[in-house]
Amino acid sequence: MELKVQICKKLDNFTLDTDWTMGNEFTVLFGRSGSGKSLTLKMIAGLITPDSGLIELNGVLLFESTKRVNIKPQNRSVGFVFQDLALFPHMTVGQNIAYADRKKDNERVAELTELFYLKGLEDKLPSEISGGQRQRAAIARAIMRNPGCMLLDEPFSALDNPLRVEMRALIKDVKTMLNIPIVFVTHDIYEAYTMADKIIVYSDGRSVQTGTPEEIFSNPVSDEVKSLTDIKSFFVKLKDIC
Amino acid sequence: MINDSFVYSLKLSFLVAITATFFVVLVSLPVAYILAQKKFPGKEILDIALTMPLVLPPTVIGFYLIVFFGKNGFIGKVLYDLTGWTIMFTWYAAVLASFVVSLPLMLKTTRAAIESVDKNLIDASCTLGHGEFYTAVKVVIPLSKKGVFAGMALSFTRALGEFGATLMLAGNIPGKTETMPLAIYSAVNSGSWPEANLMALVFVAMSATLLFIAGRFTKKII
Repeated sequence: MELKVQICKKLDNFTLDTDWTMGNEFTVLFGRSGSGKSLTLKMIAGLITPDSGLIELNGVLLFESTKRVNIKPQNRSVGFVFQDLALFPHMTVGQNIAYADRKKDNERVAELTELFYLKGLEDKLPSEISGGQRQRAAIARAIMRNPGCMLLDEPFSALDNPLRVEMRALIKDVKTMLNIPIVFVTHDIYEAYTMADKIIVYSDGRSVQTGTPEEIFSNPVSDEVKSLTDIKSFFVKLKDIC
Repeated sequence: MINDSFVYSLKLSFLVAITATFFVVLVSLPVAYILAQKKFPGKEILDIALTMPLVLPPTVIGFYLIVFFGKNGFIGKVLYDLTGWTIMFTWYAAVLASFVVSLPLMLKTTRAAIESVDKNLIDASCTLGHGEFYTAVKVVIPLSKKGVFAGMALSFTRALGEFGATLMLAGNIPGKTETMPLAIYSAVNSGSWPEANLMALVFVAMSATLLFIAGRFTKKII
């Protein structure tokens, strides 16, 4: 399993030009807000079209500008968890999860609601459940399609610390269960360090360094990366959490 | 006071308004969706053209409807040559006039409602394996339903009260094309004040009820 991303996109005041490859691992796109992390995810999912480059998932071309390949988002085997979760407010938790499967496989819905501790909440609307339950429902819905990779766009940004800890553990379980590439976007230094198998550091639309958390934090390649991975702020965050 | 003519006018008004609203909904939903979601050249010109009946005097609308659908009109002539039938002075003409004047109300309200649907929900539907049509039917339209119902109520009320364009295109033929507003006009003209008064009161009560319903739906939309 492999995800290859080589894309370029020019916007009004911003250019995204990134090139990275990941295997069957948990990769964190780390960088400041507005550095192009979420834009990259949307391009992998097919929600925004790059100007040029290629995106390949498990040997399947999703986008290739020279060959004019551009698979529609609905035909890409990608699970996406949005920052605001994007649960359909007019559908129940069960309907939200089942929405990802045209056949409405009830057994699979039941399996996922059990797995994500949503049993008994199937008939509740998203507005009637807690933030953590909504989070789990959004992840369960993204998994329903058996995606070839998972993209998570700062899904924990609205959660308080105890819930974040719970969700990080859940995401790790999901990784073990699915064994597919997972791309996780964050600008939280602690989250990046503790969750990632691999970190890709973004700055001004470019991926400036790739490596394991230890490599990135101990050997930042530039002052820019050094300032982003400032160990002092890491310990401040760690102290806050402990 | 409640004679056959009154009952006929009331029934005809409802028939015209229901039929016109049916076609308004049929046309508005896809057009409002396209105007809200798509980018294409001439989009704003199309929007202005479809909104014009909202600001034009009904007589001007009636005039153009005759130009297009009259016996010698662009479309009307072809229709007459092919079938020997003209829409002029039939209750279908009243439906057409009501359709044209009430369409912008439904379009504006529905477009605003569709535009207010969170883009992430549409994107989420796509990443969950569904195309645009399925997403529109299952996500966008259901989430716009308040605006759609409000537009329907406003359009129905407008169609029910249509007068000027109807008079020009359908005429005022008692027992054939005389809707309630035309019947009120005729009653006042002939000095039948109690009859006009009753019909006007019935009309005010109906319109107020419909506006109340529309208001409840539009609270969050407009």
